[in-house]
Order: sequence, then structure tokens, then C-alpha cells
Amino acid sequence: MKRLFVKGNEAVAMGALEAGCRYYFGYPITPQSDIPEYISREMPKLGGTFIQAESEIASINMLLGASACGVRAMTSSSSPGISLKQEGISYMAGSELPGLIVNICRSGPGLGGIDASQADYFQSVKGGGHGGYHIIVLAPHTVQEMYDLTMLAFDLADRYRMPAMLLGDAVVGQIKEALVPHPYQQPSDLPTKEWAVSGKQGRSDQRIVKSLFLGDGELEAHNWRLHAKYKQLQDNEVRCETEHVDDADLVVTAFGSAARIVKTAARMAREEGLKVGVIRPITLFPFPIATYQQAAQTVKKMLCVELNAGQMVEDVRLAVNGKVDVAFYGRPPGAGSLPTPEEILVQIKKHCG
Amino acid sequence: MTTVLKNVFDRPVSLKDVSTHFCPGCQHGTAHRLCAEAMDSLGVQQRAIGVASVGCSVFLYGYFDIDVVEAPHGRAPAVATGVKRVRKDDFVFTYQGDGDLAAIGTSEIIHAANRGEAISVIFVNNTTYGMTGGQMAPTTLPQQQTSTSPTGRNVASDGYPIRMAELLSGLEGVSYSCRVAVNNPKNIMAAGKAIEKAFRCQVEQGGFGFVEVLTTCPTNWGMNPLKANNRVAEEMIPYFPLGVFKDIAPMGQEV
Amino acid sequence: MPSNRIEIDPIYCKGCALCTIACPQKLIEMSDALNEQGYIPAVISSGNLARCTACALCARMCPDAAIRVFKSVETDGGQS
Repeated sequence: MKRLFVKGNEAVAMGALEAGCRYYFGYPITPQSDIPEYISREMPKLGGTFIQAESEIASINMLLGASACGVRAMTSSSSPGISLKQEGISYMAGSELPGLIVNICRSGPGLGGIDASQADYFQSVKGGGHGGYHIIVLAPHTVQEMYDLTMLAFDLADRYRMPAMLLGDAVVGQIKEALVPHPYQQPSDLPTKEWAVSGKQGRSDQRIVKSLFLGDGELEAHNWRLHAKYKQLQDNEVRCETEHVDDADLVVTAFGSAARIVKTAARMAREEGLKVGVIRPITLFPFPIATYQQAAQTVKKMLCVELNAGQMVEDVRLAVNGKVDVAFYGRPPGAGSLPTPEEILVQIKKHCG
Repeated sequence: MTTVLKNVFDRPVSLKDVSTHFCPGCQHGTAHRLCAEAMDSLGVQQRAIGVASVGCSVFLYGYFDIDVVEAPHGRAPAVATGVKRVRKDDFVFTYQGDGDLAAIGTSEIIHAANRGEAISVIFVNNTTYGMTGGQMAPTTLPQQQTSTSPTGRNVASDGYPIRMAELLSGLEGVSYSCRVAVNNPKNIMAAGKAIEKAFRCQVEQGGFGFVEVLTTCPTNWGMNPLKANNRVAEEMIPYFPLGVFKDIAPMGQEV
Repeated sequence: MPSNRIEIDPIYCKGCALCTIACPQKLIEMSDALNEQGYIPAVISSGNLARCTACALCARMCPDAAIRVFKSVETDGGQS
């Protein structure tokens, strides 16, 4: 298979096209604009539709409309733009619509900066918009994963009829490294979209895509059904990478680009004879609770590293439920705040001691 | 020769056989019926997809016997854009009130219109937010009292009512833009023709059509239906003149 | 020859009275009893019905599509 040297953002675009996505709706924002640029060039060649919308709000609602018709469709943006999309994401969650939302996260709050950041963790995994829902959240840490997880996101979104988010950042979006593109293989058991609007075409029933439920008990039942799906995700779809957890005294955990730094630091620590393992959640929702619980039986301590002031660490602490101490190391994002492997190694040594 | 009774006026097929939640005298019902009649007339019911908005018009799917997607407040033109780009051969329309389209949704309507999306937009202007209890809308008339302009709309601080049909007619992407009223049988028949024309513009030419329908909101205006109906001619039409503001072939097509 | 007929659906009618001003001959009146929805519906007396021209303006004016209109027409004998 041919190896390509591409940017992470381009890998997302390539993965989406390979997975059969033919509808893209977006709005420019750094550091993700390579995605709409690539797609505006390549998608029309495949008979697809690219629209540069008037706003992030319009683009998420175009995605809602396209998705309601049963096709694979996507949007991409970065943090401030994702904030604007939250209204539409909540409506999509409420209307049980699949669809891919890519967040190449930048630093905040507000306009913040354009540097790599993981400060949108809470927003991504806790719902983001109003109403008490979840979406599937996948966190790639390499260019290859940007490609692979984009495909997976479409499959999971279609299987569970809910929006899926690919949560990257400026590092994994802008970095160039090897990608081995491979053909997409659609799972044979994906459900058909018999809910999609199409005009009645002689059907006796109407198809209605909506999130308003006013009947007595209707909305509660709807919400319980959504939450049953979140449980199914937790049971069936957790993905997580682990390294040397079995004999580890200390487990360092991180997702996305922070995990790149952590994995290097953990290898350096191993070379110095320290028993250090790594847990890297690939699915942030569903969160790999069981992996942490299992590790908590054997390790002495955990260290959570993030490119923010501490967000995922709360979920790690909830997962281990006091069984082991979970320390945190991170820095709020901004120019010059990306930690080095040596900086993490110092922390590892501190917590191994 | 024998004499029979021939049914010369009945409920359109595209309209479901149900009573609406609209208040007595509310002319959303009239606008609904005219849309249904136009769909019947063009034979597009079986390939129609409606996009519902937020407000009194949200229950589109309850009254039209067609497939429907419910949009967030103001976003119906963006949702309809997504729908139409996928279902190019289907008939796609939005049905929006004045708060939805002319306040929170101005960005979406202007850009969908400017792109010349092949959709039809029915804009129901009753100068108030009906569902939320009669607050001031962007179309509320000067000095009109509402629950959030208790001393009357003050144009010095609130600005003037927006004339959407005229505003949109200035955009290259718009093929058809007009304003109609449903306050008497003559106007209702003209409104029906305008709605059918806007729908036909999409179906036959792939054009963007916009019909602003002046209607009553007796409940929130604090009037009985007959007085409310009189207000349309006395106060609304003088500010919102009826007429066709644009009627051309879609962008890039020969006239 | 049977007269033209309009049927005002007592379930759909909300008593707004807009049909009463639409009728060119002012043949429609408001009932003196409530309908099932609690509204005072529009009615037409049999005497007034005899003068109805089946112009259907009342039905067009009705916001609730509550009125069906039937016109008495002559045919050449076949069932229609």
C-alpha cells in the first residue's frame, strides 16, 4: 500500500471521502481550513457537494438537513466555531441524526489563540449544547488515526443514529507524517435509514425528523431512549490504547496530541528503569472507565496530562473512584505552552518517587 | 338531464384531516391551506419535504401530509439548503414566522436567497411573536403595543419594521419575491396564485421563491378575529404594500 | 332542482366569523350554541342555503378549512 506524506487535516478529508461522505458544509477558521480547502477541491470531482456557508451556525444546520435525508455528511471547524455549532448539535442529538463534526481545537476562551489546545474536552464529552445529551467523541493522536477514526466516526454515527465528533487540535491537524490510506469497508450490519425524509413517495406514513416532544411523557421516554444508547456505547464501543500497564507503578494517561508527548516521555522513563505505563483513550465518549478501573487494581498512582488546566482528569478520578491517587499535569493553552517530553519526564519521576 | 351536487370546494389532499392548534381567526390556517392547495395543484405532495420553523408554525408535520424536518429557530433556510442539495428532485419549502425569519434567522434567509437555493420560502408576517406571547417582532409596526413594547414600538430606539420581500428582491439569487395578504377572498385567491407561482418557480426552473403573507394574530393583538382582520387593510398593508417585487428567471438561466 | 349546499364542519369551526363577512349575500350567521370545542360555530339556515350560489368565498376565507361547498349542476343523465 502506498505511503503518503500528508497533514492531519488532509487525512480527515481523505478519510471522509473514502467513507462515502459526499456533503460538506463549513466555514473557514484556523487551524482547520485545510479540511474545507481539500474537500472543496476533491469532493466535487466525486459528484459531491461542498458549501462554504455564511456561518458555522448555517453549516451545522445544512448538515442537519442533509443528514435528515439519510446521506453521510460532515462539517468541520475549530473551537469558537464549534461553540456556534452547539445549537445545531443539540438539535441533531435530539432529532437522532448522525453526522460528523470535526473540531480541530484551538486555545481559548473567546478568540484565545490558534495554538494546540485540549480545552474543549468538557464541551465535547459533556454534551456541549443544552438539554442533557451526549455525542460520540473520538480523539486521534496521529495522522493515520485522523484518517481511520474519521471513517469509524461515520460508522458509529450511523449505527447509533447520533452525531459523532472527531476531536483533534492544531498539532494533529497541522502535523505532516506518514499515512497509509486504505479502502473503506462499510460494516455489513449497519442499519438502513428508514427514518430519512425522502418525500412520501406513496408511503402511507409521514417521516418526521424533529426534537420537539410535547405529548404527556413523550419527551421523558425519548430521553430515556437516548440514554439507553449511551449505555450501549459504553458497553460496546469503547476504544483505548494501553502500553505497559500490567507491571506499571505509575500510569500516565492522555488523549490526542498530549498522548504523543506522554508516550515519548513514558519510553524515556522506561529506559531509565521506571515502571511506567500509558492509557490513551481513543473514545472520549464513551470513556474507557473499565480500563482505568482495572489499572487501578495494580498501579500505585496515575498521572493525567492534558493541554489544558485539567478536564479529563475529572473523568479519570470518577472512573477510579478513589482507588488510587490521580495527579494532574497540564498547562492552559497558548503560544509556548506545549509541554516537552522532558518536562513530562520530570513529572513522571516526581510521581514515581 | 339530471341535477347533481358537485363538490366545488374541499380541503386539499396535502392538508391532513385534523383540527389545528391555531387560535380562532389566526390566518396561519389560511396560509397552510394555500400551501397545500399549491402542492396539490403542482402534484408534488409525494415528493414534498417541508422544513418547519420555531413558533406557532412548528407543527407543520401535524397539518401537512408530507415528510418534514424541524429546524432550530431561524435556521430553516439552512436546513432546507442541506435537504435540497441532497434531494434535488424533491420539492422543498420552509414555512417561517416573522420572529424566526426576520430576526434570529436573517443571516440564513439572506444567504440561502443569495445562493439562489432551489427552495420556496413562505414567510408569515403577523407583526408579533405569537407562540411566546405577543412580544415585539422585527415587523411590529411603529407605535404598536406588544408585551415587550408596552408603550408602543419606538422607532428611535427599536428601529423600523423590516420589509423582507423588498429586501430580498435586491439579491441576485432571488427569482420571485412578493407580498400577499389573506384578509379577503380576492386577496386570498391572489395569495394562492402567488404561492403556487413560487412553488412552480422551484419545480420548473430551480429558482428561489419567497412569498410574504400578511396575517392576523387576534389573540396577541387583543382583538376579535374580525377587528384583527380589519387591521390588516387599515394598518399593515399601508406599511407592507402588496405586490410582486421580483419575478425573473433563476440565475444563469435565459429569460 | 336541489339547492347549492355548504357544509360547515362543526368540529373544525372555531367561530372566528370571517366567513360571515366573506359571503357576498351575508347568508352565514353565528350559532347560538357551543360546538364540541367550546366555540360558537358559524351556521347557515336552510332558508339562506336556498339562496347560496356556491361561490365558495366563505370556504376560501375560512382559516380552518372547515367549509365544503357543493354546487348544483345539470348533467346529461349519467352518474357523476
